[in-house]
Amino acid sequence: MSEIVPPEVRPKPAVPAKPSHVAPPSSGSALLGYIGIDTIIEQMRKKTMKTGFDFNIMVVGQSGLGKSTLVNTLFKSQVSRRSTSWSRDEKIPKTVEIKSASHVIEEGGVKMKLTVVDTPGFGDQINNENCWEPISKYINEQYEKFLKEEVNIARKKRIPDTRVHCCLYFISPTGHSLRQLDIEFMKHLSRVVNIIPVIAKSDTLTLDEKTEFKQRVRKELEACGIECYPQKEFDEDMEDKSDNDKIREAMPFAVVGSDKEYQVNGKRVLGRKTAWGVVEVENPNHCEFSLLRDFMIRSHLQDLKEVTHNIHYETYRAKRLNDNGGLHPISSGQDTQEIPMPIKHTQVISKPTKF
Amino acid sequence: MSWGFYVLQSQIRAFDDLLFPQKENSCLLKPLIVFGFALQQQKNLEGYVGFANLPNQVYRKSVKRGFEFTLMVVGESGLGKSTLINSLFLTDLYSPEYPGPSHRIKKTVQVEQSKVLIKEGGVQLLLTIVDTPGFGDAVDNSNCWQPVIDHIDSKFEDYLNAESRVNRRQMPDSRVHCCLYFIAPSGHGLKPLDIEFMKRLHEKVNIIPLIAKADTLTPEECQQFKKQIMREIQEHKIKIYEFPETDDEEESKLVKKIKDRLPLAVVGSNTIIEVNGKRVRGRQYPWGVAEVENGEHCDFTILRNMLIRTHMQDLKDVTNNVHYENYRSRKLAAVTYNGVDNNKNKGQLTKSPLAQMEEERREHVTKMKKMEMEMEQVFEMKVKEKIQKLKDSEGELQRRHEQMRKNLEAQHKELEEKRRQLEEEKVSWEAQQRMLEQQKLDASR
Repeated sequence: MSEIVPPEVRPKPAVPAKPSHVAPPSSGSALLGYIGIDTIIEQMRKKTMKTGFDFNIMVVGQSGLGKSTLVNTLFKSQVSRRSTSWSRDEKIPKTVEIKSASHVIEEGGVKMKLTVVDTPGFGDQINNENCWEPISKYINEQYEKFLKEEVNIARKKRIPDTRVHCCLYFISPTGHSLRQLDIEFMKHLSRVVNIIPVIAKSDTLTLDEKTEFKQRVRKELEACGIECYPQKEFDEDMEDKSDNDKIREAMPFAVVGSDKEYQVNGKRVLGRKTAWGVVEVENPNHCEFSLLRDFMIRSHLQDLKEVTHNIHYETYRAKRLNDNGGLHPISSGQDTQEIPMPIKHTQVISKPTKF
Repeated sequence: MSWGFYVLQSQIRAFDDLLFPQKENSCLLKPLIVFGFALQQQKNLEGYVGFANLPNQVYRKSVKRGFEFTLMVVGESGLGKSTLINSLFLTDLYSPEYPGPSHRIKKTVQVEQSKVLIKEGGVQLLLTIVDTPGFGDAVDNSNCWQPVIDHIDSKFEDYLNAESRVNRRQMPDSRVHCCLYFIAPSGHGLKPLDIEFMKRLHEKVNIIPLIAKADTLTPEECQQFKKQIMREIQEHKIKIYEFPETDDEEESKLVKKIKDRLPLAVVGSNTIIEVNGKRVRGRQYPWGVAEVENGEHCDFTILRNMLIRTHMQDLKDVTNNVHYENYRSRKLAAVTYNGVDNNKNKGQLTKSPLAQMEEERREHVTKMKKMEMEMEQVFEMKVKEKIQKLKDSEGELQRRHEQMRKNLEAQHKELEEKRRQLEEEKVSWEAQQRMLEQQKLDASR
């Protein structure tokens, strides 16, 4: 309705103003009332809370780099036995062993079954040729298990998911560059599992050394063609890309782990107490632990699982089925080679996403 | 900023005190005392002789000569070896213009030497740093200690050759006097590589194990780690450098303090930072400054004092008396074993090498004679055989000759026989012909 013209001359609006109580239609068709489609989010949430979900994380690195401490710090509970508490009678294993421990942790009504896969003996020998092979075999075995369950005639309602969703690779803070072993491992495994490289025990490095080291590591990874999570090729839209770009700039995260608390300025913080100060784990000026935690758990946890399921697992499945020329599941243990990416994967997902 | 290694002179003095025990000390300060100025303190000497001046002379000579010291640093790359060397000697051995080995990626283990001449208080030190870039960096590190062992042995061999020469005026001592082995601060214990390396080198060089980048560890972790390492070293019977026992109270206290803190946890840095108004060397973190020269932060000062101020001479002595002698006796014993039966010579190790060589020569000569005789015999035998063969063939030939002659004669006879027959036939035929002709003539009449 046009307004009554006041004594001053005012231009009449060209289009009549719409009634304000109805929302203007956007791209879809106009809704004539409230249906309640948006409650699906609530339903999904309720279901997730009931069923819970599982998350499998693998930690790889030389002994003494603080892997178990970091996992404990990440999930704020004693999920990993620290090797300093073991008696030294347990020698460094002669070959790489795979040890997995599961815990169920609960927060805000949501249950998570967390499995931590440890790899003691990695990189500790004098001759470390092919020490990544047991790890690669283990990852492929998990894919194989899942594939067998999937291909069954009578499938379980919810296939237990033991596939490794995320692999934290610990880089030793030499301050110079990646070691040969690091490059070899990541080359062999970046196509099979999501690798997140972290710089361990980063309280060794001053700020300058840290930035220099990170730059050098990033350059080396690029030069060797190693794609760590989040992979550039799987960015779906601009928002994702910008988020992930910010993360990629900050990788690899320089972390410090600790499960001891100290008093600093009246607050109790997690940290490490040295003769010259307290290294606060959750202080972003001291180390990037909080960045890593937010990235891994608070924003990208679901994405990690999805990429594992939709990309890595699908690659494995395609290769297996192509090789056998059929749907017969062959007993696991035969297929232990790494899987090259034959075709560029698109983002089309045909399987139902798993929680 | 002095290292204080002009206390080498006091070490030499202390050493000479052992050789020339004096009854009183005042003579050290009065080098030009002549016979007339006999002091009341002299009890056993009739007058002042003056040999108490000897340490001074030694000291002056050695200062003129200068000292040499070779230090080897071994450890994986990135453990701060170059930084520590720079901090210890307050120089920039590895400066930005000459980047240290860590900036160059090595595929195989190399052994690199760099020499620097340092002067302080009139005393010269020719310091050689031997670095081992590439150690422990590859994926397969088996035998990465071999280049190190070869280097040490080659230096010992050079010295041995120089010692055995006729003209011995120049004897440069480039043997490795001390090896600083850097252990990564994992907090758990020694790695298999560490144990292997130390096992193979503890008989050849003085090993001093250090915990590198010790600012990673909290004090409790550091204590535990040190205990664990010492336990493992004892378990594997590795002989690291042992500090000599002294009778001096103070020194033995010092030595005990050092022994308690083995292996030394060090932090290296040459950057100067302001802390509470003081300028110190250290590493700046957002949570504080780790001071290099603070005894509570790390054991750097202990290492420096021990290495340079108190035990440098002792390290050289142990290298000379123990490791070098081991090498030498092994090498010379191996030389004389060559070509001689082991069983005979098991008990002859105590003979001097010259006698050994004489015997060897004699044996060699007898062997030669024997060989000569044998060869002659063989020669004669061969000659006889040949003669025999020739005789045989001669006989053979004769026989054949005979036979052939006989054959020939037989044939000859046959031929004669045949000819006679032929003649007879001819005669009879002629006779027949004549008879026929006679008959014909008779018939025609």
